[in-house]
Amino acid sequence: MRPAPSIVVFTTLSGAGYGLLFWLGLLRPLGLVPGDAPFAVAALLLALALVTAGLLSSLAHLGRPERAWRALSQWRSSWLSREGVAAVATYVPAGLLLLALLLERRAMATLFGLLAAAGAAATVYCTGMIYASLRPVREWRHPLVVPGYLTFAAFSGAALLAMLGAFRGGGAAPAALAILAGAGGFVLKRAYWAAIDSAPPASTPETATGLGVLGAVRALDPPHTETNYLLREMGFRIARRHAARLRLVALAAGFAAPVALLALALFAGGAVAAALATLAAALGLLGLLVERWLMFAEATHTVTLYYPPAAAR
Amino acid sequence: MTSLPDPPPGAKKLGLVIDLDTCVGCHACAVNCKEWNTSGHLAPLPDFNPYAAGAEGVWFNRVHAYEAGEGEAGRTVHFPRSCLHCEQPACVTVCPTGASYKRAEDGIVLVNPETCIGCGLCAWACPYGARELDEDAGVMKKCTLCIDRIYNETLPEAERQPACVLTCPARARHFGDLGDPESAVSRLVRERGGYDLMPEMGYRPVNKYLPPRRRAAAGAPPQEAAPRAEEIANPLLRWVDRVLSR
Repeated sequence: MRPAPSIVVFTTLSGAGYGLLFWLGLLRPLGLVPGDAPFAVAALLLALALVTAGLLSSLAHLGRPERAWRALSQWRSSWLSREGVAAVATYVPAGLLLLALLLERRAMATLFGLLAAAGAAATVYCTGMIYASLRPVREWRHPLVVPGYLTFAAFSGAALLAMLGAFRGGGAAPAALAILAGAGGFVLKRAYWAAIDSAPPASTPETATGLGVLGAVRALDPPHTETNYLLREMGFRIARRHAARLRLVALAAGFAAPVALLALALFAGGAVAAALATLAAALGLLGLLVERWLMFAEATHTVTLYYPPAAAR
Repeated sequence: MTSLPDPPPGAKKLGLVIDLDTCVGCHACAVNCKEWNTSGHLAPLPDFNPYAAGAEGVWFNRVHAYEAGEGEAGRTVHFPRSCLHCEQPACVTVCPTGASYKRAEDGIVLVNPETCIGCGLCAWACPYGARELDEDAGVMKKCTLCIDRIYNETLPEAERQPACVLTCPARARHFGDLGDPESAVSRLVRERGGYDLMPEMGYRPVNKYLPPRRRAAAGAPPQEAAPRAEEIANPLLRWVDRVLSR
């Protein structure tokens, strides 16, 4: 599948924003992040900026962006529509949380913080389900895809909150959570890659054409001499050598390095902790961009079974 | 609404039956499809860079060719690929806007180009590659089963068939109601062992493909006539035969 920059950026940024919103809403009432209003307002604005940038980026993927509002209508059947509804709905408690923080209404802030956290989790769940519900892409229709989206959003959000907290000398709890989620993400991603590498394909050229009864099926003549939308969109292939290296980059920069840096930050404290946590959050987002790019680049679509293996690239 | 209709039992299921035994791979179906549909219900079917290297465009029908099997048992099979108007079309249910829909009255899967946002998710959801994005209009395009022909009362009745079916010189394409077990197409599917593409995907295509017929078994190779010595009339040749046979 073609890794469209608009979607890679959208899912990564909005995932981090929703993760940040989730942890802010949850940890603030528990007193696990600095309790002052300016801190919470800064965290909330960063979360909303990331989410909004991501959503705007996703509009760039549409053929008719001016009609995007129509995507809110089919929540009964479509995970993409549900994602849109959840994303828009989450702005309501998030906005009210901002209002409560500015007015210093403690109970109201707690309530809308928790509602915003629920909306953030629901939105990321819907994002994951868009991919996990597509049968023609076996790498996406995998039980670890949705837990992956949730874990990576939780990880990047917690890392961002740890960064903000570290500047106020109160980032220990989100840093610990980011370490846990990062370690979880590391294990999950490795298990996912091992699973998709070893799983046999559900469909083959033989089942795609139904000619398996005659024996092995090989594409002889393609239907068109030049490329087409299907091959450009669904036939993207990444060289195996690059995939292996990029997986290493994603694991090292996306998970291992941020976890190590945040662990150091826990012990360091002060300005050093703030610097370490900032580096950790930046590396984490960078690694997740690589991870998300691979999520598309390594995914294979059944339509390519109709074409000779060399045509798909 | 992108939720699927709940058709009553015996409801019409219009679709195609494609005979892989008689298809000669001439691409006439694809060309006539393009010709009709570029001014039809989902018009236009644009071409990009049409007169230079890298020409490409939107087509509802693509004709592949495969080799299947090895050696003497191997076959070359021409294989037209188009929308199968599935009974469980995920391309419809994933649509966030309701632009994609499956008609309750005949099962045809269509796109409303007025409400499509061109997100491309339906094309991802189709295992068969039946949907192609019109990058000029920014909306998705797909086979309409020539809905503007089959119900078109301004056409002579014999021509109320999809363009691909009408034009096929090998009569490898058949159109009809696959929901009616006694229709000509349903009988054809029963008699010839018509099958679904990628049944493991669970989309339950309406269109069926007829497999290549079994090749007639070849008899024993002809034996070379070997005349007996006494049958050779010419004495010189009889002598040569005797010498060489020694």
